[in-house]
Amino acid sequence: MTSTVQGIVFDIRRYSVHDGPGIRTAVFLKGCPARCAWCHNPESQRSDVELMHWPQRCVACGACVAVCPRKAVSMVIGPAQDAGDADGQGGGTQARPVIQFDMCDACGTCVEVCPRQAVTLVGRWMSVADVMDELERDRPFYDQSGGGVTFSGGEPLAQPDFLLALLKECKRVDLHTCVDTSGIAPPEVVQAMIPWVDLWLYDIKSVDDAAHCEHVGVSSRIVLANLSKLASASANVAARVPVIPSFNDTEDDMEAIARVLAELEGKRPLRVHLLPYHVLGEQKYERLGRGYEMRLLRAPSQELMERLARVFVREGFQTRIGG
Amino acid sequence: MTDRVARLRQRSVSARPSISVERARLLTQFYSTDATASPVLRRAKALAYLMRNKAIYIGDDELIVGERGPEPAATPTYPELTCHSLEDLQILNSREKTSYSVSPEVMEEYKNVIIPFWSGRSMRDLIFQEMTPEWKDAYDAGIFTEFMEQRAPGHTVADGKIYALGMKGLRRRIAEALEKLDFINDPEAQARSEQLRAMDICAEAICAYARRHAELAYLKAASERDPQRRKELVRIAEVCSHVPENPPRNLWEALQAYWFCHLGVIIELNGWDSFNPGRLDQHMYPFYKADLESGDLTEEQARELLQCFWVKFNNQPAPPKVGVTAAESGTYTDFANINCGGLTPEGQDGVNDFSYLMLDVIDEMRLVQPSSNIQLSAKNPDRFLKRALRIVRKGWGQPSIFNADMVVQEMLRAGKSLEDARQGGTSGCVETGAFGKEAYILTGYLNLPKLLELALNDGVDMRTGKRIGLPTGDASEFTSFDQVMDAFRAQLRHFVDIKMRGNAVIESLYARYMPAPFLSLLIDDCIEKGRDYNAGGARYNTSYIQGVGIGTITDSLAAIKHNVFDEKRVSLGQLVEALGRDFEGHEELRHVLWEESPKYGNDDDSADSIMKQVFNEFFDCVDGRPNVRGGECHIDMLPTTCHVYFGSVCAASADGRRAGTPLSEGISPVQGRDRRGPTAVLQSAAKMDHAATGGTLLNLKFTPKLLEGEEGIDNLAHLVRTYFRLGGHHVQFNVVRAETLRKAQRDPDSHRDLIVRVAGYSDYFCDLSRALQDEIIARTEHESFGA
Repeated sequence: MTSTVQGIVFDIRRYSVHDGPGIRTAVFLKGCPARCAWCHNPESQRSDVELMHWPQRCVACGACVAVCPRKAVSMVIGPAQDAGDADGQGGGTQARPVIQFDMCDACGTCVEVCPRQAVTLVGRWMSVADVMDELERDRPFYDQSGGGVTFSGGEPLAQPDFLLALLKECKRVDLHTCVDTSGIAPPEVVQAMIPWVDLWLYDIKSVDDAAHCEHVGVSSRIVLANLSKLASASANVAARVPVIPSFNDTEDDMEAIARVLAELEGKRPLRVHLLPYHVLGEQKYERLGRGYEMRLLRAPSQELMERLARVFVREGFQTRIGG
Repeated sequence: MTDRVARLRQRSVSARPSISVERARLLTQFYSTDATASPVLRRAKALAYLMRNKAIYIGDDELIVGERGPEPAATPTYPELTCHSLEDLQILNSREKTSYSVSPEVMEEYKNVIIPFWSGRSMRDLIFQEMTPEWKDAYDAGIFTEFMEQRAPGHTVADGKIYALGMKGLRRRIAEALEKLDFINDPEAQARSEQLRAMDICAEAICAYARRHAELAYLKAASERDPQRRKELVRIAEVCSHVPENPPRNLWEALQAYWFCHLGVIIELNGWDSFNPGRLDQHMYPFYKADLESGDLTEEQARELLQCFWVKFNNQPAPPKVGVTAAESGTYTDFANINCGGLTPEGQDGVNDFSYLMLDVIDEMRLVQPSSNIQLSAKNPDRFLKRALRIVRKGWGQPSIFNADMVVQEMLRAGKSLEDARQGGTSGCVETGAFGKEAYILTGYLNLPKLLELALNDGVDMRTGKRIGLPTGDASEFTSFDQVMDAFRAQLRHFVDIKMRGNAVIESLYARYMPAPFLSLLIDDCIEKGRDYNAGGARYNTSYIQGVGIGTITDSLAAIKHNVFDEKRVSLGQLVEALGRDFEGHEELRHVLWEESPKYGNDDDSADSIMKQVFNEFFDCVDGRPNVRGGECHIDMLPTTCHVYFGSVCAASADGRRAGTPLSEGISPVQGRDRRGPTAVLQSAAKMDHAATGGTLLNLKFTPKLLEGEEGIDNLAHLVRTYFRLGGHHVQFNVVRAETLRKAQRDPDSHRDLIVRVAGYSDYFCDLSRALQDEIIARTEHESFGA
């Protein structure tokens, strides 16, 4: 008997091969308590349905402008996207719909009429059974590869009832489960999940509480307390450390994290993944009508990544650069 | 790669294909002076004449010798099958793709000698004379193609008998069969006698041809100054004196023995899919092992011999094709597709050390010919699969991968013995056959989406306005999806019948007028039956019809069902009208059809169930019907390049495809319509009953980034193993390069499915900003594809 509880999901991706062992299906739950400035999945942050705008697909027909009940879309004349034309007359103008996201309540009326899917809704309320139907589809691939299901986000622990119901159902039908988490959740939520999770992909961004509060928006103490809880419960944990320039990209930062990991009481993390920051989430912010604060950062060099990785190797951790 | 091999390879790769008139000239000489009445004896004597008189070529550096023409890439013609007109020759000389240079001397000889003798007497002339008006209408409209109009049946592969028996052993078998003939009680005894004597003439002719190579090698040795090369030439002479007459004693002789047989087959006739040694690792391993153990050969020397053997295939461009045949198969490749791995005749893991040596050679040689594949059984080790995938990852398309266990199952279903099935494999593109025992000819491609076009237009061809199909009714009056399917089924049955009738006539014509006594030597049970390969002499005689465009027709029907009958967004009459206008003024409708309708390849049962329905209709009206050679008809799902030609004759289709653009290829989803990743494509494709076919072709696209590292190989291996567990027949991988990404920038609509690894996440390439696209292209270009 599957649960009737529902949750909000923003993507289900099959053939996910970087979020746990083997070939997996990743379920991305929408909503996250953190606001990491570098987040490359901004559509995962809010826990409600949102509108996304895809200017590359737009043919500027104006259908959305006509139907919007809140008048959140208007045609604006601006410079043409491909400046310069055959006549050599650079910089023509073009009318394009512009969305005022603060006025949009994601009712989806424009999505219905858009002939080019240039506006879409991100986020879908699903039941446990809906999700399980999707997860079952690639079972032969999980069987062959030792894969399974990864619940990611957003922060999957931010929908504890839904996640717990999903995890229980997965274990009932014998699917391998991973939870990819920021660790930002009440301890009793983490506690409740432990028996149903085969592998935790656990983010450690910084052990410096002030920096953590500033850049993540939440204290690192919660994260570390939950990590201790997992270790003492002998849970399988793979630690994931995003390497963010000017936030935590020094050997000192890494040594602090490595020390915490090494000193955990109970089961040691199985391995450490260092995930280099990349600039490529930027466009998604535009699609959501949000600003992006990290514009000026550059991705860390391979050489730096390797140097940072050696910090964890020295502490005896199996360490990998990448997911 | 040794310097020798590098030079041979370079010469082969840079040789420009040309038309050689040698074969046509010799054949004309023979036919204008010989008056043998028996067609099969005449063909045998013609081959003997060619073998006695054609130029012998032994190139510098070569270890394996023998050319089809007077030199590498000099391509003979077969005027007894197709007599090229001067215009044909001009087109061959000047066309942009797959051209063959034709010298003024060749033109002159064609004009004065070849054309006057053969014009009106070729098989092509005969075939077109015998076809009905309905057949010609369908052929002209592009409903189907005809494989035998320019090329002989062919489509078969060698087994191990050459190595076990040699020509001597085969001639002993012929003598025994002649001995057993019962002229009093068997009305066909005289025909059998002629056939057997013709085969004996061919066996002797190939030995004589080999001996001519031995003579030339000795002659060259006598004047050779380099002592090393002199030794090699003497060795070549010894090898050519021994094989193919006698069973080979070592690897060198075994490879050379096969190569002479190969030349015999492709000089006798221009049979489709050339010919190929089949399970080369199974056949060569005993020789290789013995040579290594005795110390006669090192692994490096074996590798070099095998590479020299590889070059010989690349020296033989496909015989020149013109017209529709060129359109359906526009390539220099002649589809010799060497098998590696699979099962032993006893059903055990067939991978051996020679299999790995072959994979090394495939990797190093990187030639379009021969084509290569691995036969992958659940019993084969992952090491073997992963070695092959490391080559696949380099992105040049070889080797392709077949499910050996499914191939066996397909053959068992078609009535072959378990042992014959295990010794079989796949050839050409993806066709299943019992090697050394089966004539499994492809007869032509069938344009499935065009049949739907006729069903929606009361039998009228939208391109020409001519009624060529059955009057199945005005589509605007259809009130249910079932009526659409009924009309499609009626058109399908009608044209399959027309095609079948044509096949019966054409196969009879080949049986009577164009026997292949040399090929018959190599295929069981032609000797035992005293019957020609082209007349049902083989143990198994299959005629395949190959369905093309299953993705396009599935999406079209799914779009009709969804938008016309389920959602009622548009009437069928309006839709057909929009198709007639190629969506001009109906762009919104096209968008709905193309973007917002169920699509095959996404593990979406609402589309995939229609795929199954179409497949079953096609299967039901072809499978198991008798052919004139005593065998049965079966279906295949492969396109070569025919999906482009078939697309060019189709109006716009209900899946949103524009008029004249390519159809989907093989059993792959429509280009750009699979949006849910590789597992979904494989799940959709596996819903087809592959065991009911003689081969299916599936292409999967990847960016190099997704295949990086050991994990990339592991995941690819899991995809292949899982697809095969689900019953898939074949898969090949396109590793997408920067070039493709640029094309996607220019034509995003056809590349919507292209997923690129951006960094920690993946995204659809076409949805990225121009700048980001450029960045990824630049990055892709920096990724190594190997030397």
